[in-house]
Amino acid sequence: MDPVSGTMRSSTLPSADATASMPGVEKPGRWRVLLQTPSVVVLLLWMTVPLALTIYFSFLRYNLLNPEVRGFAGLQNYRFLWEDPAFFPAIRNTLVLIGSVLVITVGLGTLLAVLYDRRFFGRNAATLLVIAPFFVMPTVSALVWKNMIMHPVYGLLALAFGKLGLAPIDWFGSCPMLALIIILSWEWLPFAFLILFTSLKSLDAEQKEAAQIDGANSVQFFFHITIPHLRRAMSVVVMIETIFLLSIFAEIYTTTSGGPGTATTNLAYLVYSLGLQQFDVGIASAGGILAVVLANIAAFFLVRILAGSLKGGH
Amino acid sequence: MERPSLRTWVWGLLGWLTAAVLFFPIFWMTITAFKTEQGAYQPNLFFIPTLDSFREVFARSRYAGFALNSICISFGSTLLCFLLAIPAAYRMAFFPTRKTQSTLLWMLSTKMMPSVGVLLPVYLLFRSAGLLDSIWGLIAIYTLINLPVCVWMTYTYFCEIPAAILEAARVDGAGFWSEIRHVLAPMALPGLSSTALLTIILSWNEAFWSLNLTSAHAAPLTVFIASYSSPEGLFWAKLSAASLLAVAPILVMGWLTQKQLVSGLTFGAVK
Repeated sequence: MDPVSGTMRSSTLPSADATASMPGVEKPGRWRVLLQTPSVVVLLLWMTVPLALTIYFSFLRYNLLNPEVRGFAGLQNYRFLWEDPAFFPAIRNTLVLIGSVLVITVGLGTLLAVLYDRRFFGRNAATLLVIAPFFVMPTVSALVWKNMIMHPVYGLLALAFGKLGLAPIDWFGSCPMLALIIILSWEWLPFAFLILFTSLKSLDAEQKEAAQIDGANSVQFFFHITIPHLRRAMSVVVMIETIFLLSIFAEIYTTTSGGPGTATTNLAYLVYSLGLQQFDVGIASAGGILAVVLANIAAFFLVRILAGSLKGGH
Repeated sequence: MERPSLRTWVWGLLGWLTAAVLFFPIFWMTITAFKTEQGAYQPNLFFIPTLDSFREVFARSRYAGFALNSICISFGSTLLCFLLAIPAAYRMAFFPTRKTQSTLLWMLSTKMMPSVGVLLPVYLLFRSAGLLDSIWGLIAIYTLINLPVCVWMTYTYFCEIPAAILEAARVDGAGFWSEIRHVLAPMALPGLSSTALLTIILSWNEAFWSLNLTSAHAAPLTVFIASYSSPEGLFWAKLSAASLLAVAPILVMGWLTQKQLVSGLTFGAVK
């Protein structure tokens, strides 16, 4: 309970002490230090209890269907996970999915941010259209894309390919991963765009003018001014998206159920299928721990950036 | 301002073109919702609009029930978040200590745990507590997930209020409650409302926990729409109508909160 007790003992600000000595003014009592306690306590519980249980389960022989399977398993669950034929595909799919969506969203997001940084007619209205996909719930995005756009016979892409005299693509049959990457990129591009666009607005007008006076052309400006300026925002996008994309589930659940075979099973879906379909809590927990480790790598860098911005901001 | 040059036209054309491409799936879903089931398979832009699919969705499924669940869950968790976050943010913004920054940072770091890492213990705890398929379970989860963002955003809005104003109120003899009611609340209200909008949007669209922890009884719209995955998904007009109703109010909220969204979503790393 360190964060709680730590803040409870410490003193209040000088400004608060000054008012406390005035007659008729309510003294900022010690009860005020308790105001953040509920938030800290619930988050502390949320942070520790489930994670501790996952770690604990990952060392147990624990199957919901078979109560006779029990006892300490040592590292057996991790070995079973390692030997599961779906494990390596799941790791590969997770990395491919995160990597491709990151490259696409940050790349296109940057170009789009640069485009929208220029003045043009109705820019604000167009911005609303660009960010709209981010607010569509994942199950709707997945189904609209799968059924109405990527359907191999009636989908709009199939019709368009037919008009062009090309053979239609059976998106979820022949290249399900690509289909998922397209849907997820569509969902996350607005997020990347919005953050990069906001960051670009803070680029100094003077800096822009100076570069123009120096005779920098737009390509030079892009590589020598824009990209370095956006570096921080880009890393924030990369890390936040990584953490969210590690747990991507709804899109896979509604479109492919991880298939065909293990073609679109990612780590999150594997944990779900081991734990809540095969009811093997032990092995699924081992998979969960792996996801936590991967997320922590991304979080480590994100927290360092946040720490910097908190100190700079206040 | 200079006259629009050829370049401005080219940029505008490009900008609107990309906007149209990105918005197209939503646009297509919207017009398909007003088509007949047979008409939905024809890629027509012009047709006689009908509300049949909406009527069908309401008649053949418990749509209102799912919508009500979504509303209860997202508004309930937002309310609970605020009850926890506002006192904490008040304390952190106006009575900070040396530990405040690290407490705040630690709160944000709880967001970085991937949901899948704690899926099984939460599922099992909920099962033994009878919280599976209950809206209270989801309200609790969403409160915990959104609390750090809520505290953080409220904290930044409180920090923008000059401490001198609060002190002046205290010198004038304002008690704790009147200080809150007459000084703090009016000044923080715009910030608090955009925080609320963001929390509602995030809870409304969350689909990992809702799919895993609810089924028939407490399922929100995310789960209801997922039930169209097959073979119901082939009824495009009904799928579109149900989706449009689920998405439209949140889309409007998202547009309204666009400006505060960035700092909220990046925990202030980008402003």
